[in-house]
Amino acid sequence: MPARAPRLILSLVLCLSQIFLPGCHRNRAEVSVVGSTSVQPFAEALAEEFMVSHSAERIFIQGGGSTAGIQAVLTGAAQVGMSSRKLEESEKELISVPIIYDAIAVIVHRTNPLNNLSMDQIRKIYAGKITRWKEIEGTDRAITVVTREEGSGTRETFQNLVMGKNEEISLGALVQDSNGAIRQVVADDPNAIGFISLGLVNDRVKALKIDGIEPTLQNIRAHRYQIVRPFLFVFKSSPQGLAKEFLDYVLSPKGQELLMQEGLVSMDQSLRKEAQK
Amino acid sequence: MNREKLLERGFLLVALSSISILALIAFFIFEEGLPLVWKVGLKTFLLGDRWFPSKGSFGIFPMIVGSFWVTLGALVVGVPLGLACAIFLCELTPTKVGMVLRPMIQLLAAIPSVIYGFWGLIVLVPLIRNHLGGPGLSILAGSFVLGIMILPTIISISEDSLRALPRIYKEGALSLGATHWQTIWRVLLPAARSGIVASIILGMGRALGETMAMIMILGNAAQMPHSILSSARTLTTNIGIEMGYASGDHRAALFATGVVLFFIIMGLNSLALVISRKGRA
Repeated sequence: MPARAPRLILSLVLCLSQIFLPGCHRNRAEVSVVGSTSVQPFAEALAEEFMVSHSAERIFIQGGGSTAGIQAVLTGAAQVGMSSRKLEESEKELISVPIIYDAIAVIVHRTNPLNNLSMDQIRKIYAGKITRWKEIEGTDRAITVVTREEGSGTRETFQNLVMGKNEEISLGALVQDSNGAIRQVVADDPNAIGFISLGLVNDRVKALKIDGIEPTLQNIRAHRYQIVRPFLFVFKSSPQGLAKEFLDYVLSPKGQELLMQEGLVSMDQSLRKEAQK
Repeated sequence: MNREKLLERGFLLVALSSISILALIAFFIFEEGLPLVWKVGLKTFLLGDRWFPSKGSFGIFPMIVGSFWVTLGALVVGVPLGLACAIFLCELTPTKVGMVLRPMIQLLAAIPSVIYGFWGLIVLVPLIRNHLGGPGLSILAGSFVLGIMILPTIISISEDSLRALPRIYKEGALSLGATHWQTIWRVLLPAARSGIVASIILGMGRALGETMAMIMILGNAAQMPHSILSSARTLTTNIGIEMGYASGDHRAALFATGVVLFFIIMGLNSLALVISRKGRA
């Protein structure tokens, strides 16, 4: 029995050293990219592709939210921040580069006869001033309004671009904490309305025209479709080394094409959208 | 003897470390949350009904009310079912059936809450939406799922307290000519009262603390619920759904929500302790 204890301790120490001292033996270039969970999946896809051709370097992608990412860059904990909202006044000292654009689509159940809403109607629905579908078109059913939680970049964009300064999203609106969860609720509830990233719209929900304008690549590039936000990479000073290499890759036609395939919108006019699946 | 002392000290140290972790967590929650409560005022924080953290309004009264209704609903569903089940297991089942049933009930406690939430979302919510109206994501759905989730707590503690009764209670009642049911209802249940009440309070604690399943089922609207078919937000889901992006005062407000929750749960657990002590004395 007593002989066992030292061996146990030894193996424990070895295990812990594996956890606390990763990669001590090798010296590779590393960059950590931290921030918005909206940008995170796309950044992960980009980093994966990037590391195929740069096998000696490591890009670490972490979520945590736009604000957390910006904070991490300010304190130097991360070299690159990801943000799905614009920088605030106090953050203006940072350098921000729009890497791609994301449109926000207003979605309803696929059986909803409605195809178009005006910006004003959307605002009134979300402010709780229009509460039944018959006030616009369709059945005499209460509208199930679905929104994102406070603090989400998607919600903030919607608040700024649709609601404006004087209207608040009604407290009676259902709150879901991801694009996917909103899509799920809207796909299940014939009376629901919600908003999600255009790239995540699928055939289980219907994206509405807004003021008669469909959320298409052409309309977004021509700035006709209004609810569009940039995804930003944020740096403390002008990017250097691996961080710059990664940024260049993201902005290159190859990187932009990859992002377009994921449903985002590149302003690079030469890129065409891949044929829809 | 020396070695004995050493071991004693060692165990004391381990025990103290687990308590000190609890103290550390409590300290951290209070330190992060309380400054905001003083800043907006205790009354505005607890009784305000507007929750717009990015605009500086922090009123969590709708969440307190939401927690109250959902927990009450869970008890309405869970207590009769749980008690009936405990009585059945203790008094009415053949031993062999009990041996099959008991592990199954314990299994109920081992199912992760996200599975309960998923089941509620896929099965219960459409059922409510299609037959009763409203968005389906509602207090009713939440209560039902929570009621099932607290069953293992209520059943196992109630059953234990029924089993712990001296045999003479039952034998005495039966020999006086009471039927089996009269014995259960008039003698055994009142005698095991303190244990049963403690099981209900512990179930309440579980219901109040549940987060994941409630985020999926309740709809999370930060409004005062006006019927059991309307959406609600509890104290825990308020923290769970917004912590991802919260910063500054918003983050502090979520910690302050945790402080309120802390006091409610502490109160409930102390109550359970007092009641079960009283029963033993």
